[in-house]
Amino acid sequence: MKVADPVASSSPWHFWAYFNAHLHQDLTWLWDHVWLSALPVAVGLVIALPLGWLAHRYRWIYPPMLSIAGLLYTIPSIALFVLVPPIFGLKALDPLQVPIALSVYSVALLVRVVADGLASVPDDVVQAATAMGFGPFTRLVKVELPIAVPVISAGLRVATVSNVSMVAIAGTIGLSNLGQLFTTGFQLSSPTAYYPPIVLGIVLCVALALAFDLTIVLANRFLTPWRRAVQGR
Amino acid sequence: MIRFESVTKEYPDGTVAVDDLSLTAPSGKITVFVGPSGCGKTTSLRMINRMIEPTSGRIWIDDRDHSTAAPAELRRGIGYVIQHAGLFPHRTIIDNVATVPMLLGQSRREARVKALELLERVGLPASFAKRYPAQLSGGQQQRVGVARALAADPPVMLMDEPFSAVDPVVREQLQNEFLRLQSEIGKTIVFVTHDIDEAIKLGDQVAVLRVGGRLAQMATPAELLSNPVDDFVAGFVGRDRGYRALGFEMVHGLQLDPEAAISIGTAVSGAAAVARDGWVLVVDDQQSPQGWLALNDDVTRAAQQITPALLHRGGTVSSINGTFRSVLDAALSSPTGRGVIVDEHGRLAGTITAANVVRLLEQQPAAHVARS
Amino acid sequence: MISNVFHWLTNSAHWRDGHGVSGIATQLQAHMTYSFIAVLIALVIALPLGLFIGHTGRGTFLVTATNTLRALPTVGVLVLLTVMISPHFHGRTDFGYLIPTEIVLVLLAIPPILSNTYAGVQNVSDDARDAAAAMGMTGSQVLRFVEFPCSLPLIFSGLRSATLQVIATATIASYLPLGGLGRFIYDGLAQQDFPQMIGGGVLVALLALASDFILAVIQRYTVSRGVSGRFSNKSITVGGAAAADIVQAEVAVI
Repeated sequence: MKVADPVASSSPWHFWAYFNAHLHQDLTWLWDHVWLSALPVAVGLVIALPLGWLAHRYRWIYPPMLSIAGLLYTIPSIALFVLVPPIFGLKALDPLQVPIALSVYSVALLVRVVADGLASVPDDVVQAATAMGFGPFTRLVKVELPIAVPVISAGLRVATVSNVSMVAIAGTIGLSNLGQLFTTGFQLSSPTAYYPPIVLGIVLCVALALAFDLTIVLANRFLTPWRRAVQGR
Repeated sequence: MIRFESVTKEYPDGTVAVDDLSLTAPSGKITVFVGPSGCGKTTSLRMINRMIEPTSGRIWIDDRDHSTAAPAELRRGIGYVIQHAGLFPHRTIIDNVATVPMLLGQSRREARVKALELLERVGLPASFAKRYPAQLSGGQQQRVGVARALAADPPVMLMDEPFSAVDPVVREQLQNEFLRLQSEIGKTIVFVTHDIDEAIKLGDQVAVLRVGGRLAQMATPAELLSNPVDDFVAGFVGRDRGYRALGFEMVHGLQLDPEAAISIGTAVSGAAAVARDGWVLVVDDQQSPQGWLALNDDVTRAAQQITPALLHRGGTVSSINGTFRSVLDAALSSPTGRGVIVDEHGRLAGTITAANVVRLLEQQPAAHVARS
Repeated sequence: MISNVFHWLTNSAHWRDGHGVSGIATQLQAHMTYSFIAVLIALVIALPLGLFIGHTGRGTFLVTATNTLRALPTVGVLVLLTVMISPHFHGRTDFGYLIPTEIVLVLLAIPPILSNTYAGVQNVSDDARDAAAAMGMTGSQVLRFVEFPCSLPLIFSGLRSATLQVIATATIASYLPLGGLGRFIYDGLAQQDFPQMIGGGVLVALLALASDFILAVIQRYTVSRGVSGRFSNKSITVGGAAAADIVQAEVAVI
């Protein structure tokens, strides 16, 4: 008796079976994707914090720095991917180009977020803290940054979610991540459509994006107990 | 004329903002709605131009039931001024003022000409016409708001705490100019404020509302001060009622003591001959009082000529046609106990002591009956 | 490598169409066309919708819903739609790829325009709105004469952000057998012709910057000075709007 091979089915709903059939490879891609999305944001934040602080502290720096950031952000992601190697002296298709390019993107987005987040701290609070004897660095770490957390979290959410999508794009130029599911699916889709890898890829990307989003929202809530106290009323 | 007929506003959750309000705001006069927070004064105001619809009762504007006209049409005939002016940030000042005339169909050029006149009327220079609201101070924006409300020459104006958002000095200026403007144009105005002193200063009629939207008392300011109808009104009107009521009574038959005065610029040595109790009144060459000179002061003794810098400026000056309050204040605030009184041209008329003012007050017949 | 790229770009032969290979000029035009159509359609859908939701306050769920669309991987959706739609277009070659591409591009452009328009209308000062109604403007007059002009800055940044994302994604559309500047990237990759690949990247970047600049100029001359706060003639900022207002719109909807 012939049992229908579930993997051979090309229906969209069979993505789970496909996942299981190619478990090792899919998980590898998933893991690569997680790192490629998250690491640049972390690196971006680390670089953006001092830059954003500078732009906030010295107001004359704000316009030029933000213009440059804006310019960088305007460059489409794939263009940035292919432009990184010549500028950084890498070979033309180096796996490192994705994290570097995405870090540049994240910095460009987060500099403004950090600067505006710090600007959102009410001036009275800053004055009071200074008057109480907080040194500038302590004040930044213990007063200004915590209050700026909501704005910075909003920026982090945008950065990570868009990174997930952009990393997938890098799959089309051959780099290892969930985007490979799409290229595979596309190649296998002639003559008839072969859905499972494509759908799997979308499902995993969306799940990943939502997971990142949720993590940041929870971290935000955890770091800002004073807001919860007000909303609970 | 605006008439409220048993107007009630009740919200779906049960709160009653206005409760069976009946009153008449006479034509050409300023009627002030005043009361504590939650008394329904703003709600009542906004029911006049149907920004809020009454739950029951009717409002008549010049004998027309206001619910018969379409809201937008009704509002084009009513001027509206709010606390922060609500100017359109994207339009120039002159276009802001010209808004309603243009809505009514006038050409832009005509509307702008009228707008320019109005700007002048509210005391703003023509150079402001091309500026944007963000470039103006709060007080200036408020004036534009008033000009905008007047642009279509509506018979009725509604004003919701228009002077509350500016500092006290600017507020007083705006209030005085508003009174001057009203004396020129004579509109029917309904004015809302939480400040009883503003109500007393500006209103021809004052309606005191209590929390829950009921009318406590509707009377002239003088009547309110002298005859509050219950404890709530008395408490709301505040203390010093007798003293404040003096602001509404004009003096008649003021008998002044003569006061010798010396002009600015004359030698200090000449002052001694004229002085009484070591003080001499100094006037300018128009005979307008400038201040008192203390002859026992070291600085004065050291000086040669009488200059403005030497003068004591503590006392207020009252007009001979002023109120009891201003005359009494002139006497009380004078360093010599002699209040300086001037005539209608601002020239020195004489002085009077506080005791004499009070004596005159006590002799005045029916001193505490309200003027109509 | 950089000089090779420079030579590739400045070689006039590359700008004309060769045998079977389209030149830079053609691909540039194709790219601009795909992008323009998508942005136009998104504008027609999202702008009135955003104005309506902002003005009436009804249907805000639509704004949050479209924002979740951002979580979708663009490449994935593109491939999915292509695989679904193109088999139906045998013989009419380009449409089979053009339609999924345009759908994806429109879906991409709608969220920024919609959420920024909505946020723009919401941010109009309540006092100005109240005064407008009290002066006798009807609902639609308030929208046309007050809310819309005052929300232009945010609407423009939504538009600029959308345009950027569309131009970027139209590049990826060249993963499919379509024209556009991405063609140079993917062909360059396939042929191991790296000057071509990187040259394509440069072209896309330049197109994006140029488009943003043009929109910035339009914005400067369209938005009232009273709203933008530009009372002295400062310069036009490029690109800043995009990053800024993605975040602002996000924050507005949280």
